[in-house]
Amino acid sequence: MIVELGHFALVLAFMVAIFQMIVPMIGAAQGRPGWMAVADPAATAQFVLTAISFGALTYAFVTSDFSLSLVVNNSHTLKPMIYKITGVWGNHEGSLLLWVLILTLFGAMAAWFGKGLPPTLRARVLAVQSSVAVAFFAFILFTSNPFLRLETPPFNGQDLNPLLQDPGLAFHPPFLYLGYVGLSMAFSFAVAALIEGRVDAAWGRWVRPWTLAAWVFLSIGIGLGSWWAYYELGWGGFWFWDPVENASFMPWLISAALLHSAIVVEKREALKSWTILLAILAFGFSLIGTFIVRSGVLTSVHAFANDPERGVYILGILVVFMGGALLLFALRAGIMEAKGVFSTVSRESALVVNNLLLAVSCFVVFIGTIWPLIAEMFFDRTLSVGPPFFNAAFTPFVILLAIVLPIGAMLPWKRGKIGRAMRPLIGAAALAVAAVLFTYAMFTGDSALGPLVIGLSVWLVAGAVVDLWSRTGRGDVRNRLSRLTRLPRADWGKATAHAGFGLTMFGIAALTTYQIEDIRVAQEGEPYQVGAYEIELVEVRRLEGPNYLTTMATIQVTDHGEVLDLLYPERRIYPVAGMPTTEAGINNGFTRDVYVVIGDPQENGGWAVRTYIKPFANWIWGGSIIMALGGFLSLSDRRYRVAAGAAKAKRAPVGGVPAE
Amino acid sequence: MIRVVLLSLALLLPFAAGAVQPDEILDDPVLEDRARDISAGLRCLVCRNESIDESNAELARDLRLLVRERLVAGDSDREVVDFVVDRYGEYVLLNPPARGSTLILWLAGPALLLLGLGVSISFLRRRSQATAPDEAALSDDEAARLAEIMKD
Repeated sequence: MIVELGHFALVLAFMVAIFQMIVPMIGAAQGRPGWMAVADPAATAQFVLTAISFGALTYAFVTSDFSLSLVVNNSHTLKPMIYKITGVWGNHEGSLLLWVLILTLFGAMAAWFGKGLPPTLRARVLAVQSSVAVAFFAFILFTSNPFLRLETPPFNGQDLNPLLQDPGLAFHPPFLYLGYVGLSMAFSFAVAALIEGRVDAAWGRWVRPWTLAAWVFLSIGIGLGSWWAYYELGWGGFWFWDPVENASFMPWLISAALLHSAIVVEKREALKSWTILLAILAFGFSLIGTFIVRSGVLTSVHAFANDPERGVYILGILVVFMGGALLLFALRAGIMEAKGVFSTVSRESALVVNNLLLAVSCFVVFIGTIWPLIAEMFFDRTLSVGPPFFNAAFTPFVILLAIVLPIGAMLPWKRGKIGRAMRPLIGAAALAVAAVLFTYAMFTGDSALGPLVIGLSVWLVAGAVVDLWSRTGRGDVRNRLSRLTRLPRADWGKATAHAGFGLTMFGIAALTTYQIEDIRVAQEGEPYQVGAYEIELVEVRRLEGPNYLTTMATIQVTDHGEVLDLLYPERRIYPVAGMPTTEAGINNGFTRDVYVVIGDPQENGGWAVRTYIKPFANWIWGGSIIMALGGFLSLSDRRYRVAAGAAKAKRAPVGGVPAE
Repeated sequence: MIRVVLLSLALLLPFAAGAVQPDEILDDPVLEDRARDISAGLRCLVCRNESIDESNAELARDLRLLVRERLVAGDSDREVVDFVVDRYGEYVLLNPPARGSTLILWLAGPALLLLGLGVSISFLRRRSQATAPDEAALSDDEAARLAEIMKD
């Protein structure tokens, strides 16, 4: 009964979405306030109905209702409760329902908090947002209905893919979806503005928080996925340039560009048409990401959720929305006049460089991802494009970006001088050069790129500190410190996010250049040395988990005669799903991880054991979290907390750059 | 049915903890290093997007052993890779060589950067010479509203 209610609510939400797509749009065109105003309650209703539907599906999973074919295929009574819940979106149908749930939530939020928007713009935004919802509701109801019943329900289910039964991956999709779908708001605002024919500073101010939120969620989602790969896949890789990873990385890069260019629109009323284009492309890449994941067109480790027929449907959605939006852009972009005038050396120009580098690096990822397809279709060559290509083709742009970033961040709006922006940064530059020389001289690593990137990360972090400090104006240190605490949160957010970027780069450079690896047959009770640590295989046991069998080793890590930790790496078999997984044993540290994996038993006794010392591994994800934190700080800035126009409090002018 | 699909998927998935086995490692650390470098650039043909260095598949192991065999026999890195490509085709290379149509792939990024630089520079030139258009585009009402919005 509850399941039928959920199904029914979903159909109703679909109907409401169609209504909301059409009526407010006509209302805005003909200037009918009543027609425009219906968008608000409709958006709320859409969200409530979708939430009911999602709740019903969750209920079916929690109670293990095996009359639903989706539950049968993705759940099992023995599965721990948390994974029964996360199993709701651990499959194609359920994940799409989560997608529209978030889509309608964002639509409803635009209705709830968008009171300050001009009524026609709001009506159009909600109508465009709803048109995206219509496409996805139809997709769910006609090709991927999660509420299909079975005539003869089995006694038990077939379990969730064991790889998904993990905290890192369980919460990876919701965050990614929050990001993907957050970009749909930027898209709706862009298309609505094109229809409206107007883009001004207020528009920029409205789009930026959505983009920023989407980017923050994407950062968290990508970070979680990478962390999961690190501890779960068994050799401590954290990024594989897999098509599905790239699918989430491309929107991240474009939304990073977008949130920077939206600043220029907001503060200087320039780069308008470019920002609109980015907003359209950012959501386009989200759709491409969905297409890649859902269709499995590019085979990858994630292809457990693939289905070619559905892929064609998503491709249709992609073509309609991107084609329509880009056509509209081509027709209307010309009418958007830029206002702000700025010189070639200015913050505006620096942000243009930022956008250029981010957009090109995104393009490199894009073409690398789809190249095997292009080569096969047009050149009749079957070839692979793997990590070596991406590392070689992508890294130069990031390095350029890192070099330019601290200088650009210091340049004033309108007109600046490179020399003047550089002067406070001399210390940071010296520190960076010192870091390069120090690491190059002291450590032998795999490549000369390592010290260079480490130097750059020092440059980024020190640059962020200088940037923040320079904002406190002149005067004695105590005065400046007290001003530091009163700086706008957006300034703190900017410095934090840029520093986080530096920390992530540092972690990646340190890990990839200076990792120590040891592969050997270990005998129980015979310790051996890896790096500065003594590793001893104590025992190997076979145990039984709630829904799996496991071979668990006990490994003792000793540091200069002192027992540091006991690690328990495992190899699990999930009999219901018929799949093996590995669980690495990791001793997390601030400056290094000790990472052990248990392999096969050997014929002549002993076990294959892999040990890695991974320097500064946690900094990779720590940096991502700090980047996301910077985004949150910026998001909590007074300017965005309140609806535009409602803020009456005047911000005390702070020395340094004339921002507005 | 689903069981079969999952099982076959399981075979393809990175059943990790695999990769290089202790018995494969060469005694000469320099040769072993070269072997690892080469392996990282060769695709495991039956896997999804994994190099033979990371893969646990039987075929990946065979290839790893083959690479080491050739190295011990005295081949240069280049010769080892060519040997493998001759056998399995260029699909085996994770780093597509910049030859023929693949040049497009390699040059696409730098080309777009140059193009973008050109467009940006001409845009910045125009921007720095332009004069701000007057504000008459806004009606009085809108101007008042904008002023209110911008007040912060």
